[in-house]
Amino acid sequence: MAKVTIDLRVNGEPHEVAVHPWRTLAQALREDLGLTGTKIGCETGDCGACTVLIDGRSVTSCLTLAVEAAGREITTIEGVAPSGTDLDALQEAFVRLGAVQCGYCTSGMILSARYLLSHNPAPTELEIRQALSGNLCRCTGYQKIVEAIAEAAKANG
Amino acid sequence: MPLPRFRYVAPESLEAACELLAEHGDRARVMAGGTDLLLRMKRLPRAGAPEVVIGLRGVPGLDTIRIDDGGLSIGALTLLASVAGSTDVNRLCPALASAARSTATVQIRNMGTVVGNLCNASPAADTATPLLVYGASVLLVRPGGERRTVPLEDFFLGPGRTALGPGEIVAEVRVPPPCGRAGSDYQRLSQRSRVDIAAVCVSTLVCLDRDGSAARVRIALGAVAPVPLRAKSAERVLEGRPPTAELVAQAAAAAAREARPISDVRSSGEYRRRMVEVLARRSLVRSASLAGGAA
Repeated sequence: MAKVTIDLRVNGEPHEVAVHPWRTLAQALREDLGLTGTKIGCETGDCGACTVLIDGRSVTSCLTLAVEAAGREITTIEGVAPSGTDLDALQEAFVRLGAVQCGYCTSGMILSARYLLSHNPAPTELEIRQALSGNLCRCTGYQKIVEAIAEAAKANG
Repeated sequence: MPLPRFRYVAPESLEAACELLAEHGDRARVMAGGTDLLLRMKRLPRAGAPEVVIGLRGVPGLDTIRIDDGGLSIGALTLLASVAGSTDVNRLCPALASAARSTATVQIRNMGTVVGNLCNASPAADTATPLLVYGASVLLVRPGGERRTVPLEDFFLGPGRTALGPGEIVAEVRVPPPCGRAGSDYQRLSQRSRVDIAAVCVSTLVCLDRDGSAARVRIALGAVAPVPLRAKSAERVLEGRPPTAELVAQAAAAAAREARPISDVRSSGEYRRRMVEVLARRSLVRSASLAGGAA
């Protein structure tokens, strides 16, 4: 079956990609665009490792068709830092508070946290935990992740 | 876990989507958010997967929450997250907003839709029981553009089975205007409290008369039968009477008798039945108190 040419707008940059209809956004980001910061974990929408933002909303890219992401604004972990040398407040806080253990869940955690702070800049601890309900950390380092997000919210405030 | 191969079509109108569905029949599936469909396609053996996916995303006007004549309409592409956060839904149908908020995870609520949740026809669908107590109906479109309305009660036929005929697609779900002095509530129970599929869910609606008796009572049960269902004999225990603690307890016990639960990974059937009684009581107390009555 023929590939479809689509425009993927990732981190503000347009990309023309030829994909099969059954290609997921996670596969297209990693394998066609080389943006391997987006991780693939369960592939069933449960673990949140593949979380990206589409038009500002957090989604699991393993359950999103690349063809359906065409023309929309996609943000991956590669687009979070303001420059090649600076980190954003969430990334800073994750590093400083030791919220990164093996690192596999980190991209998804940071994008879920970014989505949370975009509509709730001063979340309570419970709200942070609920906002991470779709992101699993198998190192089980949740405490430091929650603390880092609270810290980043304070820094932003 | 790759997806099997399929052809993807993105019609620009619902009528065109219906034509495509009618043309391809069982080989095609309609997709809104895709959170149930794509997951099932990843898990199904190749032979069982649809050959054509009809994406609704290109159809304009389906991502809507509308108020008309005091009632509420939710379009086929309206996200669970939009419904959960809508001030109109929270005001008119608070139990539905609550159910949408407790469905799955943040990401799934940002992808999945209320109408998709209904069409997936899981007995445990979070948004089904609140919509049943509000007396919702679904508006179906068929090839040629003809429309018909089906009460949600008659829409669910079994796990994964609905009243949708060949070529038919749900355009929206409609809720009639609420009665005065109404209170409604959604309760769910699952091992992790959120994220996972409900082991039991119960919604109730209580509308009070001027004299404080319950003019209308609706009780709907989820995950305890092949379809989300109304507990009608339990409703009759309360209707026309004041919602006293004693009558509420009797109604909750009646609701438990109407459940037909099975045992599975999420719960034993016996536990489900007992929890129907607990959740129904809890929910009726809350609905009656929100309506301004006793209990």
